[in-house]
Amino acid sequence: MRRVEKTRVTALQRREARVRRRCSRPQAARPKHLHTFGESAVENILELSHITKRFPGVIANDDISLGIRRGEIHALVGENGSGKSTLMSIVYGLYRADTGEISFKGAPVQIGEPRTAIELGLGMVFQHFMLVDTLTVAENVILHAEPHSWGFVDYKRAVKAVEELATAYGLRVDARARVADISVGQEQRVEILKALYRQAEVLILDEPTAVLTPQETEELFQVMNNLREQGTTIVFITHKIKEVLAISDRVSVLRRGKLVGTRNTAETGQRELAEMMVGREVLLRVKKEPAKPAETVASVAGLQVRDRRGMPAVKDVSLEVRRGEVLGIAGVEGNGQQELVEAITGLTAPEEGLVLLHGKPIQGLSPMKIKRRGVSYIPEDRHKRGLILEYSVADNLILGLHSDPPFVERYLFRNDRQIKAHAARLVESYDVRPPNPDQIIRTLSGGNQQKVVVAREFSRDPEFLVCSQPTRGLDIGAIEFIHQEIIRQRDQGTGVLLVSAELDEILSLSDRIAVMFDGRIVAVLTIEEADEQRLGYLMLGGDPQQATGELESGVTAK
Amino acid sequence: MWWEYITYFINATVLAAALRMATPLIFASMGGIFSERSGVINIGLEGMMLTGAFMGMLVTFYTNNPWVGLVGALLSGGIVGMVHAVAAVRYKVDQVVSGTAINIFAVGFTVFMLRTIFDVAGTSPAVPRIRTVALPVVRHIPVIGEIIGYQNPMVYMALILVVVVHIFLFHTVWGLRLRAVGEHPKAADTVGINVFLTRYIAVITSGALAGLGGAYLSIAHLSRFGDEMTAGRGFIALAAMIFGKWTPFGALGAAMLFGFADAVQMRLQEVGIPRHFVQMIPYILTMVALAGFIGRATPPKSIGKPYEKE
Repeated sequence: MRRVEKTRVTALQRREARVRRRCSRPQAARPKHLHTFGESAVENILELSHITKRFPGVIANDDISLGIRRGEIHALVGENGSGKSTLMSIVYGLYRADTGEISFKGAPVQIGEPRTAIELGLGMVFQHFMLVDTLTVAENVILHAEPHSWGFVDYKRAVKAVEELATAYGLRVDARARVADISVGQEQRVEILKALYRQAEVLILDEPTAVLTPQETEELFQVMNNLREQGTTIVFITHKIKEVLAISDRVSVLRRGKLVGTRNTAETGQRELAEMMVGREVLLRVKKEPAKPAETVASVAGLQVRDRRGMPAVKDVSLEVRRGEVLGIAGVEGNGQQELVEAITGLTAPEEGLVLLHGKPIQGLSPMKIKRRGVSYIPEDRHKRGLILEYSVADNLILGLHSDPPFVERYLFRNDRQIKAHAARLVESYDVRPPNPDQIIRTLSGGNQQKVVVAREFSRDPEFLVCSQPTRGLDIGAIEFIHQEIIRQRDQGTGVLLVSAELDEILSLSDRIAVMFDGRIVAVLTIEEADEQRLGYLMLGGDPQQATGELESGVTAK
Repeated sequence: MWWEYITYFINATVLAAALRMATPLIFASMGGIFSERSGVINIGLEGMMLTGAFMGMLVTFYTNNPWVGLVGALLSGGIVGMVHAVAAVRYKVDQVVSGTAINIFAVGFTVFMLRTIFDVAGTSPAVPRIRTVALPVVRHIPVIGEIIGYQNPMVYMALILVVVVHIFLFHTVWGLRLRAVGEHPKAADTVGINVFLTRYIAVITSGALAGLGGAYLSIAHLSRFGDEMTAGRGFIALAAMIFGKWTPFGALGAAMLFGFADAVQMRLQEVGIPRHFVQMIPYILTMVALAGFIGRATPPKSIGKPYEKE
């Protein structure tokens, strides 16, 4: 009995010793850029050859061969549905490839399930975290590899191991906190710690920045740099080219399940990568004529809104949007943009102040009434508010119009012929794929789902259009399309209010930009006055006087 | 005046009775905790208790030894638990439906067996029972001695069980894994925990403990089996588990409260309040407790959802 116990402890001690060694001698792992271009001593730690994976109706991966070099950050980019996540899920053992081989450290391996991958030294951080909310950070990290004696979890040792790892790689997180109480960014760090605790040599990050704020993204990149310096190989899945250029050593591009090519990041650029991803030239900035704004279509005055917890979220905001212009609202998320939009669209009633459409107050009316007066709304969360995921494309296209002619006959019954015709028209003109109005919307890609929302809202010829994060989570092709549609609406004389956390989006679409901070509009700039630095400074609460010099701070500046 | 009223209802005798009434609830609710912490709803606790009560009696009848009867109850409860596990884990049957089926089956099975084996309806012949013991030393402590000093060994087993389940759940490797499986089976699976096996073991254990709770009724508290003698105690145990937020000590507290209501009910009958009215008290208390007192009780997140691998 005693001996059994002893060997158990020593196995664990060995693990801890290894962890400590990695932590204390960061540089010892191997010379840093061993793979630097031109040197012959490149070693592929992970090699995929001729991987093919079919799902019913699609080839997710089509004969992909790819080598990941030891110690590099290898970006894997492609549009949504290009097969990058599938490919890495095969590596991690979640899916099985139909054909093809994987070798790890030069030896062919069969990875049938994640635990095999973990044992080999592969770690993967998913978009949807695999964390147990009710357990603490430390418990999540050690799960199924617990330091223990006689079956009793040695929690102190667990916390210590987690803290040591966290310090070594700069992953700030409280080991004793419950996962339910920490932020999304911290949860991601816990996932990384989980992989490191299991001694991952290759870490696969599946779109890690999708859930992060810009600040958290910066921090993640710092961590990725630390990991690379200490010898961990990283596969970084993303569809944001800027991030590829910022952090990766090499980049592989997938398109429709095929590998388009691999480049050294230093030798490529935004334009080439975008073209490789989409397969044609991409407009990185929307082409548009200068706006010809006319009279005011909608305005808010002295608006005050409380958030769900009853705290003031919008504080005395006044704005106006004119026909034929895009007013962008820039700001770090959570500074009252959401509440502002909800008050305008009728989802919440403002506590004080006016919302005017053509000079008539609409605040406090139901969303349906507001819609009928000519307001269209692209909600920021298309799954929660834009669509009913279990409904077909056709039915989603009449949401909100469902009780209006011509979709109703004899007051009560669906007019399926009209509904179908309407759907067929919109699916065609907004290029929804697959072009099948009967398809359940859940099965569409994010970009196509958003196209359905856009088609429904834009086709009503609104007078005033409210777009909240209209391209969140979409790939380049879909973003380009939706941007063009927004500009087209503007040119038809619609007033557009655009709320976005993406500065690029704000800058490329807006004619005027209002910056929101802590519930207030702190500045309104024309597009000529605005640039990334100035907006960034204002968004973080910088003094508008200093930022602009001559600009009058405050509200409805022209 | 008030003091007299209070001591009439709250005194060592009533508390001792409360503990006796709580014992079957404690066993069954510990069983419930095992099952539900692993992510499987166990509404079949009632049927598992009833089966345990019957089989405990039956084995005791043939062996003349209630302790062997207790083992019989444990095993038979485990077997019924296994049926639920196979249905819920292997065949992914809706867990509420499977549990309800077990409850209905258990009623029919025990009534049928009672008639077939003993050719009687309603009540089994008397069998030997586990006898009450007096604890040395503890018995002489004032008040406490009166409450716990002179009880059935199964009462003590129940109290020890609560401590054991607590330690198991919150301080051992297996408890940690069990909780992880109930909260986020996919996360548990990806780090190498066998979700299916964990759930099988948890649900079988659940049935075994509920079986013991049933046996307390037939071969410890009484010395015979009667048709439907569990009388909804499995559901009360389920309520105690929820009331106690799926923790052993919480469930113990809730079970004690329900046991206390049961004991007080007997007293109220003595003072002439109609029997059927006072018998509602434990149940009303359950609803009131569930509706408001405890705040929101959050069940294990994956509860009721069969796990499927991709």
